[in-house]
Amino acid sequence: MFAVEVHNLRKEFFRRDATRTRGRKRRRRVAALEGVTFTMERGECVAILGQNGSGKSTLVRLLSTLLLPDGGSAAIFGHDVVKESRAVQRLVNRVSVEASFFKKMSSEENLAYAARFYGMPPSATKSAIPEILERVGFPVDRRHEGMEHLSRGMQQKVALARALLTSPVLLLLDEPTTGLDPRSKLEVQQFIREVWTSHDATILLCTHDLTEAEVLADRVGILDRGRLIALDPADVLKEQYEAETLEDAFFAATGRTFEDEKDEDAERGVFA
Amino acid sequence: MREAAGTMRSEFIGLYGMVERNWYLIKRYAWWEIAFFFWTAANTLTIVFIAKGVEATGGKVDIDQLTTILLIGAVMWSYLGIVFELLIETVAWERWEGTIEYTFMAPLTRATHLLGTGIFAIGYGIVRASIVFVAIAAFFGLHMPNANFATALVLIAVASVSFVGIGMMTAVLPLISPEKGTQFGYVAQGLMLVVSGVYYPVTVLPAFMQWLAKISPATYALRGERSAILDGATVSQVWGDIWPMVIIGVISVPLGIWVFRRGELHAKRHGKLKRSG
Repeated sequence: MFAVEVHNLRKEFFRRDATRTRGRKRRRRVAALEGVTFTMERGECVAILGQNGSGKSTLVRLLSTLLLPDGGSAAIFGHDVVKESRAVQRLVNRVSVEASFFKKMSSEENLAYAARFYGMPPSATKSAIPEILERVGFPVDRRHEGMEHLSRGMQQKVALARALLTSPVLLLLDEPTTGLDPRSKLEVQQFIREVWTSHDATILLCTHDLTEAEVLADRVGILDRGRLIALDPADVLKEQYEAETLEDAFFAATGRTFEDEKDEDAERGVFA
Repeated sequence: MREAAGTMRSEFIGLYGMVERNWYLIKRYAWWEIAFFFWTAANTLTIVFIAKGVEATGGKVDIDQLTTILLIGAVMWSYLGIVFELLIETVAWERWEGTIEYTFMAPLTRATHLLGTGIFAIGYGIVRASIVFVAIAAFFGLHMPNANFATALVLIAVASVSFVGIGMMTAVLPLISPEKGTQFGYVAQGLMLVVSGVYYPVTVLPAFMQWLAKISPATYALRGERSAILDGATVSQVWGDIWPMVIIGVISVPLGIWVFRRGELHAKRHGKLKRSG
């Protein structure tokens, strides 16, 4: 059984234009994912590279049951994300680009209530929260401080702790290091590596960071405007596209540099 | 059997989690709570002073009775407001803080999610409304020699079920319309205010509004509370106000959960389960 099995997955959104036709705003279709197919083995770490609007976040949100697909299918350890969403939710957790917490509440309070949603009673979280915070390198004596007083890097460590507290077998990481300072970025990456090797976790990492993808992942996928155009180990990708670096391979695969973001991509970024 | 027990246990822990989270928020926003409390107290005073105003302008009324009628109306209205606001903000606040995706991807049934918020709203609302009631009654030196507070408590308990059910239906609005949903929730709350006889008997309303009053649980709650506090009515004497609330509660809670589930599916289809702000 595959840890993740995605077949011909499609998702589109509609946006209203500012211009009006017969007094009504026109609706325009924006395809976020177009026929994405791939599988992941248990214990594998796969990185998905893509620009803003490439569909990375849509993929993560589909796999975490926050979106319904318009076509195709996705299954986590054999459980369909639409028909067996509750079973999928028990297996998955995620870390996204924004830490997303109740800012006035402390890290301990945020972790405590979130753990209850996964069936962890107070007796279990009393010791588990300080332990997990210590593991992610968060100063445990600051666990009673409001989240608003913590740096972005600290908040992201708490986000990692929240995801790991519920022992997920599939960890979805959606740009977990974007916006972090170099030191925090390195610490988070080290922790991801530690979790991957010490836990029996399968990791899907969506990122902008080519080095991060190359260093952390078994295989690297290139998602371009909703289409998964490659998925192979970084070395194979470089060989396949006759490129010296992963960035060159990305350019060869998409016909654009990583920074070459068009208006269309920026617009897609609002949704995908 | 063991699996069902495990699922049930998880749901109870999740329900506790919702109550716990709301408690943390109230605690962390304590100054907001104090400010809102004084605002509610001032608002209630303004309304209750109308009775004094009627007397001062030559109107012939039983001043104690009118003051108590208005006080019950104002306090019940503030209680209903707390229950509705907490339920509507279940979604709106989470969207603002960005936690909405984490809550909706957790293995928690929507019934547990909403009932947890509802239970907290009832407990918190009763405490706050009781303090306002006692404080304003003391301010005016009101005597309620016949009051049957046990009946009043039974009435509020029964009414709360239907308030939560209707609140669940309004909580769906911010889910399907992030920009306008919360405001439309307040419109629904306002409509209930107009038709339920909060400060006047529903008999003064036009016929179509009186029909709407019949399906509002607040109508029965207010009438029953006034009977219990002014006339000392027993539970059996206000049964005529209790049974319609039981029926509305039995219908509105499952209907509220169903409506919210439909709204959640709509939000998942259109990509609206995400942060804004």
